[in-house]
Amino acid sequence: MPRVTDEHPGVYSRYARRYARLVTMPTAPTAPALGDVTASDSTLRRFLHGLPGVDPVGLEARAASLGTRSIKTTAKAYAIDLAISMVDLTTLEGADTPGKVRALGVKAVHPDPTDRATPATAAVCVYPDMVAVAKEAVAGSTVKVASVATAFPAGRAALGVKLADVRDAVAAGADEIDMVIDRGAFLAGRYLKVYEEIVAVKEACGSSARLKVIFETGELSTYDNIRRASWLGMLAGADFIKTSTGKVAVNATPANTLLMLEAVRDFRAQTGVQVGVKPAGGIRTTKDALKFLVLVNETAGTDWLDNHWFRFGASSLLNDLLMQRQKLATGRYSGPDYVTVD
Amino acid sequence: MSDARLSVFKTYKLYVGGKFPRSESGRVYEVTDSKGRWLANAPQSSRKDARDAVVAARKAFGGWSGATAYNRGQVLYRVAEMLEGRREQFTREVAEAEGLSKGRAAAQVDAAIDRWVWYAGWTDKIAQLVGGGNPVAGPYFNLSSPEPTGVVTVLAPQDSSFLGLVSVLAPVIATGNTAVVVASERAPLPALSLSEVLATSDVPGGVVNVLSGRTAEIAAPLAAHQDVNAIDLAGADEALAKELEIAAADNLKRVLRPQPVDDWSADPGTDRLTPFLETKTVWHPTGSLGAGGSSY
Repeated sequence: MPRVTDEHPGVYSRYARRYARLVTMPTAPTAPALGDVTASDSTLRRFLHGLPGVDPVGLEARAASLGTRSIKTTAKAYAIDLAISMVDLTTLEGADTPGKVRALGVKAVHPDPTDRATPATAAVCVYPDMVAVAKEAVAGSTVKVASVATAFPAGRAALGVKLADVRDAVAAGADEIDMVIDRGAFLAGRYLKVYEEIVAVKEACGSSARLKVIFETGELSTYDNIRRASWLGMLAGADFIKTSTGKVAVNATPANTLLMLEAVRDFRAQTGVQVGVKPAGGIRTTKDALKFLVLVNETAGTDWLDNHWFRFGASSLLNDLLMQRQKLATGRYSGPDYVTVD
Repeated sequence: MSDARLSVFKTYKLYVGGKFPRSESGRVYEVTDSKGRWLANAPQSSRKDARDAVVAARKAFGGWSGATAYNRGQVLYRVAEMLEGRREQFTREVAEAEGLSKGRAAAQVDAAIDRWVWYAGWTDKIAQLVGGGNPVAGPYFNLSSPEPTGVVTVLAPQDSSFLGLVSVLAPVIATGNTAVVVASERAPLPALSLSEVLATSDVPGGVVNVLSGRTAEIAAPLAAHQDVNAIDLAGADEALAKELEIAAADNLKRVLRPQPVDDWSADPGTDRLTPFLETKTVWHPTGSLGAGGSSY
């Protein structure tokens, strides 16, 4: 089989080039004022179902073709540092102890103690009851504390309970709240319920905490649903839209992240409001992370290449990034003995 | 239609993590017999193949070193059983690779099979030989036991493509290490075929990983790799061995320098079992022996 090069494009890149215009064309109807669409359940449904359907084959082909970019030498070094600075270092286990959260906080501030030039990660992400501990561990650094809330990960609780969860985390000092949407209501078509819940949580966050809205794309079944959820979340005032909780079988994939990047790009084009994207779960290697950065650059653009607008929800990814960073610095392959075991 | 069959050429591949991939680089090189006739194309591994092999070997280390020595012995014996069934193939490959007569090649293969049996027997006996209770002047029960070093890079001997390879590889895995083998550069085919035997004889994937290609090119990153614990330089010439030993010093790898071997079929003894073992010594208090009347 011939190698895939510029002269001999493989079937995917040929396909992607032919359909690139279709796949990446603006996906929102341009005319209606977005203020009206949330007036009632029926207008919201009409708007979300009026979004153009996603071409799954084209979307996956485009994501795959962008994944073939070769990132080497100085560009790789830049990308690795950028990726480290975008990591939301996460521990969401029933077995989390204050000691583990403190250790994670220290690692977030100085990911590689042997090389102080290593950038700090963006945030640590913990359960609400660990926010105070995490806050103390990262005090005095640029690292933020994010907390999952709203009955994470299932989101199956009454609104009052969810809001109490959020207020609790915010009161403990969380800089960012990662909420989950009510997938049951979304799949049942009760979009306004989902919308109002996000609005209520946003209000509970107040002005101090940024809100990330988790769609759990693995449970939404279709790309069309992911596109609708993205718009729904952004209309409701999300500061970030996030793929998954990391607790189900299908987590962040290049294709669903690409779809969400298109949504934030189009949303800004239409409303002037910039929304961040956070793929989470299943991103374990530097190679994967660089593919996502290529997606960001090629889809949303360089405005999003900053940890204010793009994050990786991950835990084991950071170790691989550090090992690759050490490899670039020393020329020798590093090993797991030279990074911390979390 | 003629009666002549189309010949079925064999695609030799690497053996990494229990799978048979092509080289990541897509490169191959021509392998010839001792008279310069083309035999096959062998994959020419790159440093990234070496990196992948180390990852696979590291992943396999926990399970293999944690297996009972008795179980490892059974697995090694199984390798001998599988080889016995493919004697003809290996005899042909060794004869072509090393320019030997059929009889002499068969003798080499037999010796290699016997070598697996030899080391299969040693897996659960080496601990008695190099470990045991130590008499100490204190109220302690003091016990030393040998433990595997970890991931070992093995540069297979260049001249003896099969018997030499088995002679250096088998003792490394017998003691619970996992191995990244760089096959003989000029004659890699018996090594690549051996990996097919290993894959079908209960050796867990990743315990042995076989790379073919330019020894110097693959060995350099392996010698510098921070996640490799030891390197056997059997297949390196003097200049390369020196260079690799310098690189290996960086993370204090155990290094086994090239040993002069006149005849690979000679009795191997236990010399090759011990270089990649670490001695763990446990001091266990036995209580106040002094009070009980003992006089230390």
